[in-house]
Amino acid sequence: MNTAAPSLTDEHPNRARAEWMGLLARARPAELAALLEKAQGLPGYVLLRGPETGLVMLRGRAGGGGAPFNLGEMTATRASVRDAEGRIGHATVAGRDEAHALVAARLDAALQDPARHGALKATILEPLAHSEEQRRAALARRAAATRVDFFALTTQR
Amino acid sequence: MADHILAHPGFADPVHDAQSSFRALLQALARPGTLHAVAAPPDPPAPLSPATAAVLLTLVDSDAPVHLAGPFALLAPWVAFHTGSGEAAADGAAFVLADALPEFAALPTGSDEIPEASATVILQVPALKGGPPLILRGPGIETMQEFAPLGLPGDFVARWAANRRLYPRGIDLVLCAGDRIAGLPRSTTVTEWR
Repeated sequence: MNTAAPSLTDEHPNRARAEWMGLLARARPAELAALLEKAQGLPGYVLLRGPETGLVMLRGRAGGGGAPFNLGEMTATRASVRDAEGRIGHATVAGRDEAHALVAARLDAALQDPARHGALKATILEPLAHSEEQRRAALARRAAATRVDFFALTTQR
Repeated sequence: MADHILAHPGFADPVHDAQSSFRALLQALARPGTLHAVAAPPDPPAPLSPATAAVLLTLVDSDAPVHLAGPFALLAPWVAFHTGSGEAAADGAAFVLADALPEFAALPTGSDEIPEASATVILQVPALKGGPPLILRGPGIETMQEFAPLGLPGDFVARWAANRRLYPRGIDLVLCAGDRIAGLPRSTTVTEWR
């Protein structure tokens, strides 16, 4: 069996879904809840699995050969739902916030509905992408402030 | 999309439903031939009966691989999704799910040192009552127990006697129909009603 992860190239049909699932999972739960109040209600749902908390083994690659090794375990919470129209939504979020996993799974299901996708993208995904970009930029600024430039050392040689 | 196999949920209350179903399984195997209700998941995928689905969700996990025989083969994604169990070949399975009694010779029966390393057959039958009556004797039965499930093969008594002779090795059997289960452990002797 092929165990390699499927590559999500631009043409991959799941590319867009993988992106919104990632955005929803990385979102701050409070911000997601606030945005959800502005959006029109989500369809009803049935829980298929979870929300349940468990451990995920993180694997890294190191060395010249790039052989995988187990970096450590992290806590993750997952949920799967089926909405009223039979669409199935999945979510896995870091940490143990079950409400976050549930909301992300419901949104994943709703975002697959072409009739809802546009509105949800504008009210939820775009603000989330914007604030994630801001968090990244803030982190990059903090990191840049402590950067040590080794330029002087290299030229002394 | 609505009939997608993953659209069928597992237990409504995974921890407590699995615990109470496990309790029912213990009771069923301790009192062979008696019927026990299990906590069934709300909407199991066809062709699973509610009791079969409950037994599957209770017993199977990543350390206890299941072999899905016959019409149950299409359930593999659902079983993997809810239990984390991969599919196993019949001769390497801890559990075998079937709707017709498999040949015991094709299944692991354990060894004299580790008799528990044998397969448990989860057999879905049309009904646990109203079939040709059998008499059960053995541990867990004071004198004798009548048991009359539908859907067992005609030569069941002979095949079970062969399984009984392997003791302490052998196959255990859990029969499921509707929302009821009955157990037939390898220690039980089965004879025809006369």
